[in-house]
Amino acid sequence: MAGHFKKKQAGSKQEVPTSAMPDVVFMLLFFFMVTTVLREVTLQVKLDLTQATHIEKIEEKRLVSYIYMGPELLPGRELGEDKVQIDDAIVEDIGSIRNIMYDKLLEEPKMIVSLRVDEDSEFSLLSSVTKELQEAGTYRINYSTKRED
Amino acid sequence: MLLKKRKRDGGEINGSSMADIAFLLLIFFLVTTTINVDTGIGMVLPPPVTDDNPPPPIRERNQMNILVNAQGLILMDEQPTAITEVREKLKEFIDNPDNDENLAVSPQAAIVSLKTQQETPYRIYIDMLDEVMGAYQELRDAASRANYGVEFRQLPPESDQRDLIAEMYPKKISIAAEED
Repeated sequence: MAGHFKKKQAGSKQEVPTSAMPDVVFMLLFFFMVTTVLREVTLQVKLDLTQATHIEKIEEKRLVSYIYMGPELLPGRELGEDKVQIDDAIVEDIGSIRNIMYDKLLEEPKMIVSLRVDEDSEFSLLSSVTKELQEAGTYRINYSTKRED
Repeated sequence: MLLKKRKRDGGEINGSSMADIAFLLLIFFLVTTTINVDTGIGMVLPPPVTDDNPPPPIRERNQMNILVNAQGLILMDEQPTAITEVREKLKEFIDNPDNDENLAVSPQAAIVSLKTQQETPYRIYIDMLDEVMGAYQELRDAASRANYGVEFRQLPPESDQRDLIAEMYPKKISIAAEED
């Protein structure tokens, strides 16, 4: 009798069905493929953000337009003077920023300008860029910082 | 004999390695994904000052002048102040609970003017701005707790309560570089 039992147990295989696993994994894969945002600009300036405590999240990411400021990265790991980068290019003429930003503002009237400034760059550059933003009429800005722990 | 054998094998592609391939891709995307949240100090700039649009007149007592130099030393209305004291002093200035004659008439009238030297590092400037934001946040939190029992950030966005508290303590911050 005991022998009979044993035989039956051995005969019926206890396996978890794994045929749906590829589907599950593919679903996860698609999720991550869709949510992944590859960095769209290559930075041409050094950018170490400073930290602050009383900060807010930018919820509407599609409204954001970035301005980068920091010492220019030169070949051979050297740092140049403080420069302003908008999109993919360094803007040499500060006075042209107002036109660039105004054009962007026409495309997206609720635009938020996120200023990503290196922690060591001087206030004078930021001040002249802010003046340009005022002229362009892009009043909503955000000083990008990291969260202080 | 030959036919029989073929039939038994069946014409299926071996799909067992599909899961492995998908896993590999999944791990790649998991590693490369950076869910970067954009955080920062939000501000609204004033319109540019022109001849047609001069800045409004301000009473002296309603304005708190904060000067920061490149070394991070702070003057608040000509008084040297440590950065740790800035927030308390600002709160006192904005709220003015004892109706001091030298402090702001009302929180709505209070203006914080932040001036820094041209060569001040951005880090010091942000630290300073952070303190100003902190003072306003604490005041708004206190008002919100007194009226609605919750902190300001817990009020639903675009609600009347939120607007009311924000109007009670409007962030009037003027930022300028010191002319040399």
